[in-house]
Amino acid sequence: MRYLLRRLGHAFFLLSSVSILTFLFAALAPGNYFDEMRLNPQIAPETVAALRAQYQLDRPLPVRYVSWLNSVIHGEMGFSFAYNSAVAPLLIARARNTLLLTITATLLAWGIALPLGVWSAERLECWPDRLLSWGTAALLVIPDLGLVLGLLVLAVKTNWFPAGGMAAVDFEDLSPVHKIRDLALHMTLPVVALVLSVLPLLVRHVRAAVADVLQAPFLLAARGHGISRRTLLYRYALPAAANPLISLFGFSIGGLLSGSLLIEVVMSWPGVGPLLLEAILGRDIFVVIGGVLFSTLFLVGGNFLADMLLYWVDPRIRTERSRA
Amino acid sequence: MRGRTSLAKWLIVLVVLHGIVACAGFFAPYDPVEQARGSPYLPPMRPHLVDKNGHFHVRPFVYLMKLQEGSFDQYEEDKSQAKLLRFFVSGARYRLLGLLPCRIHLFGAENARIYLLGSDAFGRDQFSRLVFGGQVSLLAGLLGAGITLLIGLCLGAAAGYYGGWIDDLLMRFAELFLALPWLYLLFALRAFLPLAISPIKAFFLIIVVIGAVGWARPARLVRAVVLSTKERDFVRAARGFGATDLYLLRRHILPETASVLLTQAAILVPQFVLAEMTLSFLGLGVPEPVPTWGNLLSNLQQYSVLVSYWWMYLPALAMVPFFLGYLGLASSLQERGKTHKIAKRSLGSLP
Repeated sequence: MRYLLRRLGHAFFLLSSVSILTFLFAALAPGNYFDEMRLNPQIAPETVAALRAQYQLDRPLPVRYVSWLNSVIHGEMGFSFAYNSAVAPLLIARARNTLLLTITATLLAWGIALPLGVWSAERLECWPDRLLSWGTAALLVIPDLGLVLGLLVLAVKTNWFPAGGMAAVDFEDLSPVHKIRDLALHMTLPVVALVLSVLPLLVRHVRAAVADVLQAPFLLAARGHGISRRTLLYRYALPAAANPLISLFGFSIGGLLSGSLLIEVVMSWPGVGPLLLEAILGRDIFVVIGGVLFSTLFLVGGNFLADMLLYWVDPRIRTERSRA
Repeated sequence: MRGRTSLAKWLIVLVVLHGIVACAGFFAPYDPVEQARGSPYLPPMRPHLVDKNGHFHVRPFVYLMKLQEGSFDQYEEDKSQAKLLRFFVSGARYRLLGLLPCRIHLFGAENARIYLLGSDAFGRDQFSRLVFGGQVSLLAGLLGAGITLLIGLCLGAAAGYYGGWIDDLLMRFAELFLALPWLYLLFALRAFLPLAISPIKAFFLIIVVIGAVGWARPARLVRAVVLSTKERDFVRAARGFGATDLYLLRRHILPETASVLLTQAAILVPQFVLAEMTLSFLGLGVPEPVPTWGNLLSNLQQYSVLVSYWWMYLPALAMVPFFLGYLGLASSLQERGKTHKIAKRSLGSLP
């Protein structure tokens, strides 16, 4: 229990440091949202100054940070100049779509990578394993951007899947069943792109970890006892190999988030990615800070989940804590 | 032994590929920004050896393109206009490796522009833009990796060697950078820097941004090596003889980190090339008309280009050999780094 509390404290520390750091960077940045107005001769300099004052852009940095913290507590997370509303509702609407994409892709990628890696580790250096290694290497050398654009070209050429967007034009009029079908169709391409971009790495790690464990004496003994192949692999080998894989799980979420940022923009999926890009181009700093914090929160959440899994799987961690 | 030959093999591949990009002016038939407004979106011209009458020619030739009947943007090969591919022709001026003024190009055609990878909206040769674009993207990747490794080396060595509160502080800081997904971090850094700037400034800005993002992982690895090395007997002996900290670090400890740094470099360079591509693709990097691998692809963000002009996608495939070279290099370096049996099952490129 103390272990989990410590991890929680650690996560909180990370989040607050990231918020301070992004705020600091934002303060150092040249220009703000109202700069373009200043160039416009039809807008009086006093108006711009008044606007700046209204949004407290003329106050010193610590004051702004505290007032931003205050708005976080009130569930607003600052103010978006471009959308003329609080950031939190904007972000939540977009984050839902990003999470839908990322979580589906995470589950799918691990669901494929685990059996594939174990299967390949069992046939180490045989031809199916070699084939798979070549396959993953091939996927690894295709740049993410090329992969996404390639899928998009394919979609446009074949018309099998809608190329971009999240819903058909007449989405609101569809029956619930058709709504789900429509959403699934729209999700297919981004999810496939995401899964393909992380899959090779995951498969290679699973394979290496399991292959490592398979040489352990206790597994040889288990085989000698006549335990069946399936039980041997999934009941004995996989848990023993789980430790590095769980840490990888935490990191893979970071990769997936980065990947989904790009994929959302390219496939015009209404997630956090396009919002963040617009905000950067428009100097809408609170949205940028909110977007970055969202990604940190999600990643930290993923790592926390990994820690809990580790606690559950690895008895060494439990006993270490109780002894301490 | 096998490890060494494969290492040499990949190194040769990479040197050849980089050589082509470095001498872009020679390999590209045209200037990358030279426009030919009369021929927008020409499809790629295929080199032929057999002409329309079935006769075989030793020298490859291409057919020029003409508009299809009743269309304004669909082209077809004009079989009556064959152009021989000529080698070592003189053409647009350029500077070889940025120094030697030159006019010789590897190939070209007389009195006509040929487009091996098609042309873009302004009639610029995609092939030339691809080769020249590599200069920007690869240089950004290489310099970015250099900066990252330098920062990683300094901070990692300081953390590992001095320990104590310096170690705590630096490693906490590194954790912070590892906690953010790298693309978000890249975006965040880019967000707070000026947007509309000249290509040269943008280029250096991007290198700095990319270089500042990835230092945490190399720093951790260097720290681990330094931690174990500084307790080795030869280091202790040198210290006993009165060697200063700086001398110890420079002479005995940092050379031990070389293999880690090399492996990291082979992993980081393609990642950073990709980072530059992503930024330029999204319009946050080096702007037009300077070609980079990223903004070559950014045309594809327009739906009409995606639907009608598939050859605009070809540059994406041209990058695969580079990534393959670096992946091969990274895995053979890793194989070489470890001696025991497990090392043979290399993981390839780790994040």
